[in-house]
Amino acid sequence: MSLSADGIKVGETRESVLVEDLKRTRIVQYAGASGDYNPLHTDERFATEVAGYPGVFAHGMLTMGMTGRVLTDWVGTEALLTFGVRFKAQVWPGDTLTATATVESLEDTPAGPVAHFSVRTVNQNGAEVVTGIAAARLEP
Amino acid sequence: MTGQPFPVEAGHIMMFARAIGDETPAHQGETALAPPTFMMASAQYDPDHRLRPRQGEEWFGSGSGPGVMPEGGGGLHAEQHFEYHRPVRAGETLYATTVPGRSWEKQGRTGRLLFSERVTEYRDAAGEPVVSARTVAVVPEGPATPKDAR
Repeated sequence: MSLSADGIKVGETRESVLVEDLKRTRIVQYAGASGDYNPLHTDERFATEVAGYPGVFAHGMLTMGMTGRVLTDWVGTEALLTFGVRFKAQVWPGDTLTATATVESLEDTPAGPVAHFSVRTVNQNGAEVVTGIAAARLEP
Repeated sequence: MTGQPFPVEAGHIMMFARAIGDETPAHQGETALAPPTFMMASAQYDPDHRLRPRQGEEWFGSGSGPGVMPEGGGGLHAEQHFEYHRPVRAGETLYATTVPGRSWEKQGRTGRLLFSERVTEYRDAAGEPVVSARTVAVVPEGPATPKDAR
């Protein structure tokens, strides 16, 4: 699956609710799948008493992984050329996350047309937790 | 091919896709396509991965006590970037080579922040680049202290 260059316009956006009321168990699920067993994310006692956080929080990579869906559901996984993010704020159990992807520009490259996107994921208070950019190959 | 072998397995892709809430058919089955951030799961195959408990070695999380802050602890993931040279599918083995990248510092609200990069190149059995990954970590200067000191 790949989008055609005619099927996408600069300024076009897609929004996707990634998770509602994020559960601690979901964070454990990501720890097991990814192999990142940092107790900051799964061990409430370590997170509060040793690291001094209010509680466990999600792996940045869980948020990035979920955020990727707003792109892959739109352009297809095979079409992605780059995907990069900055982690802006922590994601806590109970958070509801919404991601938005926006077409910033379309470029003609020797290898064919490419779409450049900005992405941002916000929590239920509207605070940015992840911002980033991505590029995807388009069908000519 | 040199580098740490990372066998890309269908069951592992399925588990990872479920964890990020992506149950599209593309990530299922024997020739499942890997989601964009799946390369991070190569940590499962890294014999020296710091964030995995090991039999017979002290683990820093809670047991009968709350645990301890490890040396250099208190760091966080600041940025993550991927460049995809081609899609990754179950059934192939990739080879990961990690090298340190740049390091720099910035003045934060409560002191200096030390940033460092790690660059991992994932290649296929033919040595062709498949995914390039760049991780930026940030650690506050000084001994790791509980966050209530912020």
